Amino acid sequence: MFMIFQKKEANIDASLYQGQSKVKEIWRRLRKSKGAMIGLIMLVVMAVALLGAPLFVSYDSAINQDFSLMLAKPCKEHFFGNDGYGRDIFARIIYGGRTSIGIALLATVASCIVGSMLGAIAGFFGGAVDNVIMRSLDIFMSVPDILFTMAVVYALGASFTNLIVALTLAYFTNYVRLVRSEVLTLSEQDYVEASKAGGAGGLRIILSHIIPNAVGVIIVNTTLNVAKIILYESTLSFLGLGMPSPTPEWGQMLSESREFMRNAPHLMIFPALAIVITACSINLVGDGLRDALDPHLKS
Amino acid sequence: MYKYVIKRILFLIPTIIGVTLIIYFVMNLTPGDPGRAILGSGVSQEDVDAYNHAIGYDLPFFQKFLNYLGNMFFHGDFGISYVTKQSVFNEIWPRYITTIELAFIGMFVSTVIGIPLGIYAAVKQYSATDTVASLVSFLLAAVPTFVLGLVLLFFFALKLNWLPSYGIPDWTGYIMPTLAISIPIAAQNFRFTKSSMLDAIHQDYVRTARAKGASERIVVWKHVLKNALLPVITQIGLNLGVLLCGAVVAEQLFSVQGIGSLIVARITLKDEPVIIAGTILISICFTVVMLLVDLIYAFIDPRIRAKYTKKRG
Amino acid sequence: METLKNTNPILEIEDLSVVYETDLETVRAVNGISMKIEKGKTLGLVGETGAGKTTTALSILRLLPENTGKILGGEIRFDGKNLLELPEEKLREIRGNAISMVFQDPMSALNPVYTVGDQIGEAIKFHNSHLTKEEIEERVEEMLKLVGIVPSRKVEYPHQFSGGMKQRVVIAMALCCEPDLLVADEPTTALDVTIQAQVLAMVSDLRDRLGTSMLMITHDLGIVAKTCDNVCIMYAGKIIEAGTVEDIFTGDRHHPYTEGLFGSIPNLKVKSSRLKPIAGLMPDPTDLPKGCEFAPRCEKCMEICKENKPEIYTEGAHQFYCHLFGKQGKEQAMTEGGGRDE
Repeated sequence: MFMIFQKKEANIDASLYQGQSKVKEIWRRLRKSKGAMIGLIMLVVMAVALLGAPLFVSYDSAINQDFSLMLAKPCKEHFFGNDGYGRDIFARIIYGGRTSIGIALLATVASCIVGSMLGAIAGFFGGAVDNVIMRSLDIFMSVPDILFTMAVVYALGASFTNLIVALTLAYFTNYVRLVRSEVLTLSEQDYVEASKAGGAGGLRIILSHIIPNAVGVIIVNTTLNVAKIILYESTLSFLGLGMPSPTPEWGQMLSESREFMRNAPHLMIFPALAIVITACSINLVGDGLRDALDPHLKS
Repeated sequence: MYKYVIKRILFLIPTIIGVTLIIYFVMNLTPGDPGRAILGSGVSQEDVDAYNHAIGYDLPFFQKFLNYLGNMFFHGDFGISYVTKQSVFNEIWPRYITTIELAFIGMFVSTVIGIPLGIYAAVKQYSATDTVASLVSFLLAAVPTFVLGLVLLFFFALKLNWLPSYGIPDWTGYIMPTLAISIPIAAQNFRFTKSSMLDAIHQDYVRTARAKGASERIVVWKHVLKNALLPVITQIGLNLGVLLCGAVVAEQLFSVQGIGSLIVARITLKDEPVIIAGTILISICFTVVMLLVDLIYAFIDPRIRAKYTKKRG
Repeated sequence: METLKNTNPILEIEDLSVVYETDLETVRAVNGISMKIEKGKTLGLVGETGAGKTTTALSILRLLPENTGKILGGEIRFDGKNLLELPEEKLREIRGNAISMVFQDPMSALNPVYTVGDQIGEAIKFHNSHLTKEEIEERVEEMLKLVGIVPSRKVEYPHQFSGGMKQRVVIAMALCCEPDLLVADEPTTALDVTIQAQVLAMVSDLRDRLGTSMLMITHDLGIVAKTCDNVCIMYAGKIIEAGTVEDIFTGDRHHPYTEGLFGSIPNLKVKSSRLKPIAGLMPDPTDLPKGCEFAPRCEKCMEICKENKPEIYTEGAHQFYCHLFGKQGKEQAMTEGGGRDE
């Protein structure tokens, strides 16, 4: 029996010869998704507003109390009105966003690095190493994440760095599982087998084949995780475990708004919208990215 | 099969020890002083030291941990609260039950809403129901429990005055906390079930079934559903962890006397024994449920079942 | 088509066109093909991966992916009925009963959560509602025996079977209602070479015993030589040459693509230092050439090939989709002095 055709696709590692065009292709698909574009535009607007905040609204108006303006309704000078201490809600949302999103971004990056490394190690070396990592992970994952972050924040004290540490400790587990399973699937691919057969060493295979191919999945998950961590961070600050007063934070603003809910609902509405719109925009981009990276999922 | 069950149950023990170790370790990062906390500020330093020595607080970390573990496992003793000076266990237990009740009701509600809707949306993809449910579930993915709770509180308790805003006076008190914790999970269940169903619908064996002449009804209810729901079972178990966290928030928001609101309150008072015990007990509940879910999964999935009924054990 | 001497076709495909449409692109998988299968005969459909063979097979039972695959036009007549116009319930009576299918990948063709006995029994039950449970079980055991599996293994799950065994189960499932037509889509591609031979021998044997007609889809000319009566060679969604097995394997005149195919098979009789593969790749099915689909790779490409699609030229039962066999091709052959097959 003689075979004349060979499946050519199987032996070619897509990332090797088309890194540049792959990014272009993904961007082309992403641009076609309305949702992703709306999300992206909103994120850009938000990024500009948060980064350029000191140019148009001072930090002082976010923390200085002015009882003559207590619970003032939205007006020209104070777009979103003033809170129970007469502080400008707009300024508090802008500066609160800087804190909350800053913490969430840094915690995501940190958990991504720590988790991916552990996952790659577990998946690639297998055996006892894998066992130790995965069993410890099972234990880590048995503590519901908010409770775990609460315990860590309590133990370390609430501060910018400690919040990042606490959220990282609760979130790196996601990446370990993700990257490990990705590594396990990828190492069975023909092109990895091929480069093993060609004598490539472990580190070389991880760096040149596995990481470039796992990067898509990691990026999509990271994007979606930022949204999740923003929600968790605001939950912590709602529970009174966020940044110490007077630093503004969205969750804490909502927590304070409860007192005035009946007479001044705007105290509640604006920070709630800030949280929901931010998370929504990120999810829009994340979902769009996922579809762009894997068009098969869409059909 | 029983070998698998026993193996999994035995694995529960190291997991619980590990969980206790992590929590105990983290909480010991801050220097505490149980003697001073319990005896009060009016007592001399010698007495405080003597007390700390008597309860073994001045021992090295691992010895302290082993004592704690022993007391916990064999006597159900979690120490004495720094605040109320009562047995931690007695204080926590009734509140623990409330929290677990809340979480399980939430698990039930979110499953009953999310999963059938997800199945329907996948079968009738691109229908109006699918589009609306997908959009709503997408929005809900961006709404944390406390924001949802605040909105519910604002409308149903404050504006409409239908439901109590404080505690659980009667069954109506359960409505808002349950909704607040289960709606986000229901949305997540919806998304997960739908994508799992769509995954299964596109499998080759579904095409095989159609090629055999199976009707659409048999294709969906026999071939797709069983395969699609296997990962959903695990998801339901994992949800409990999120629900327990949600319960912590909901209790705080709706002033429910549960373990979550207790922990939050005692964090401000630095009542470590209560915080440690509460976190451990909730984690144990989660671990046990995950174990049950794994066992159910193994009973349903022939691939895992066969692995343990055959010679390999 | 106009070959009149064979009169008893069980399946006729006429001018079938199929596309896959997504938001981003339209893949032209099958572009106006015609073929027929005589009762009791086997037709081989040969071509590279991506030539549109599987799409053709799936179109026969209308099993194309629901949201993307669309049949643009043509007719598929089975026993005189156009399958493309049949209502869904009528079609279901045919699927697995009168026409059944063996798929390429046995690893994923079986449902992992039901026993193999269950899955074979199901196919029997769909088309024989009068049978009792015991009768169905009996038939299942009979079928397993037929394909060489111990009947007691019917209570086992697919993951407990090897690849070759799984394909036997799939074949048992396909044959359990004694179909008139069996569509075998690369039934041995996913299997080891030794198992391939076994499975193939078994399929041929069962086909002869049950008198089933067959559409054998493959990219392996060896399989064609062994099992088929007639052959269609497919390229980029077109049938570029068709004829009897003798026409294809021993005939003098061929489509340049077919020549290329044979050129890339080692020939033990002729001494040559290396194989001659066909240069280039199949055209992108989202962007097919204006003229002949094979023109970009063809060694004998003429001006007309780049501009116009060829017609179908026949020599007896042997058909060619190529300008070389038309007027222009003959002129070209003359001017070149000698021509290609003198």
